[in-house]
Amino acid sequence: MSEINAETDAEVKEGDQDDNVTTQSRDYADQHARDQPKDEMTEPKRSAVETIDSLLGEFDDDDSLSGYNYAYLDEHTKREVRRSIIKAISIPGHQVPYASRPMPLARGWGTGGIQASLSLLGPDDTFKVIDQGSDESVNAANIRRLASNTADVETTTDTTNADIIQTRHRIPEEVLTDEQILVLQVPVTDPLRKVDGSDAANRRRHAHRNYGKMWVHLYENVVEWGEINIAARYPTMVAGRYLMDPSPIPRWDVPKLDHADSLFIFAAGREARIYAVPPHTSVEPLAFEDRTFQVERFPGVSCHACGSTDTYLTEVETDDGSVYYSCNDASFCHKRQQNPELDRDHHIKQSIDGWGPGVSDPDSGDTAGDTE
Amino acid sequence: MSMRLLEVSDVKKQYGSGCSACIERTGDDAGTNHCPVCDTVIACANINLTVDAGEVLGIVGESGSGKSSLAELIALEKDDEGEVAGDISYTEYDGNLLAVDYQTRHELKNTHLSLVHQHIRDGLELEFSGGGNVAEKLLSAGWRRYDDVRERVRSLFDATEIPVDRMDDPTHTYSGGMQRRVQIARALANKPDIIILDEPTAGLDVSVQARVLDMFRRIQQQNDVAAIVVSHDLSVIRLLADRTAVMRHGRIIESGLTDRIMEDPHHEYTQTLINSVI
Repeated sequence: MSEINAETDAEVKEGDQDDNVTTQSRDYADQHARDQPKDEMTEPKRSAVETIDSLLGEFDDDDSLSGYNYAYLDEHTKREVRRSIIKAISIPGHQVPYASRPMPLARGWGTGGIQASLSLLGPDDTFKVIDQGSDESVNAANIRRLASNTADVETTTDTTNADIIQTRHRIPEEVLTDEQILVLQVPVTDPLRKVDGSDAANRRRHAHRNYGKMWVHLYENVVEWGEINIAARYPTMVAGRYLMDPSPIPRWDVPKLDHADSLFIFAAGREARIYAVPPHTSVEPLAFEDRTFQVERFPGVSCHACGSTDTYLTEVETDDGSVYYSCNDASFCHKRQQNPELDRDHHIKQSIDGWGPGVSDPDSGDTAGDTE
Repeated sequence: MSMRLLEVSDVKKQYGSGCSACIERTGDDAGTNHCPVCDTVIACANINLTVDAGEVLGIVGESGSGKSSLAELIALEKDDEGEVAGDISYTEYDGNLLAVDYQTRHELKNTHLSLVHQHIRDGLELEFSGGGNVAEKLLSAGWRRYDDVRERVRSLFDATEIPVDRMDDPTHTYSGGMQRRVQIARALANKPDIIILDEPTAGLDVSVQARVLDMFRRIQQQNDVAAIVVSHDLSVIRLLADRTAVMRHGRIIESGLTDRIMEDPHHEYTQTLINSVI
């Protein structure tokens, strides 16, 4: 060890660098020297024409992962994320800061969700990733592959088979159970930023449960539109205490958060905040008594592939200008195509109340707008 | 005798570390509010006053006399700078108003003590509609029926003589007089016991001043709400106040019934003040 150190020091001096190299950069150089054979460092020239394929060919699969810790993040980072998650669960809806490491993709592309997922995954877990309801988007596929390469987990597209589901902008249509964790990617953590750009002022508002300004926003919304017209990021009150941004899920998904069996973790990489909705916690969308919360309505249309009328549909416009509707949750749509009678709580023994619109909930008959 | 609402005893506010000579070397006799020994500014000191239910108290004085500092203390406006001593008691709260925590202060300000700020921007959110600014008070107090909020805002606009058809326009499109009225409507929204008006006519032209003051006087009497009116303008005080306190260099130098002060001023400064106006 000391021998290598001496070598590295010699190299630094040879390289005509300043003598005041910090200990950190020496350590780094030390590590670097150990990772790579010395002759390759001093002789970086390559004779053959370099193509990406030829470069990649030099590594076999085992080599490419050597040097990486299990589940990509180092153990201290994972522990820190887990601690923040525990704190977030203890204070439902409260935004807990965490370090948010640099990840191998840009912040804003799900780095928070990846850090939360990788901190939670173990080798026995099955992992599912969805991006706006789709398992097959590039981002979802890459995140899934990162987890399966580094954390050695099984992956699935079947919601009911997954232990941990990382998602962007949707909560799956199939009811989640008390053995599942949903990790949501969050672009904007504070619902109050809509009404005041100052995070310092907003933190004070959260501390004192002072949400008057958000209520004025809702009031002005009704003045302008006749109903509360917030498409996504609908402000919700968690456990009667903290106002929470449920990430850009459609209003359709907001009721699924209320008194659910599963744990919801919201992680933002760019803003370095984690918050959570524990199981069986009340999550109430802000609304007036006489201008109630409304989910999206799809009057008279059904999914073109599976015929569903009780799922969140997206409008698709074709090249010739015609429009059709399609289930947003691709995995469940696929199941429905096999079996059109499949309920969203088909995998659960007792029937479930209140997993969003359309699931048998006697109290919410009027808000299940899918049959209008 | 009517019910005592508010009692201010021996209140002092200073900016700076203070020393033992501060009180002696500042005030009316010393002719300054700035302590020459330790450089401390004594914004106000030895302040004692009372407000009864339904009564209007005027506080008059020149710029820098400490009247706004005093008004902000009574209105529970938080100021992180400066040191405060003394006691303010209020019938609806058991304890010293100067020592309340944030939550209590927020509740008291929302429903019991309303301040109409001297500067529009301190009191109103100009991007919100005028109606929204008034509704904020109601919504913060827990109103959850939209139609009720609308109805109350409309009636407050009526009472403060703001055109109701403008209530959904952004507040920055309002005239100065309308913005002042919105502030008063907002202050009245939760039927407070006491309203503190800080320079209610600042920035308004004379004809608008007269209409705003008339409107406030009418509403104040109809609702039987107490008020503290802070102004440098004796005609405002004369029109609104039952009793008046005159401030100079951070001290109250004279107080009494407004008519008595106007007709028979005892203090030399008050005499100059009145002679210069009338």
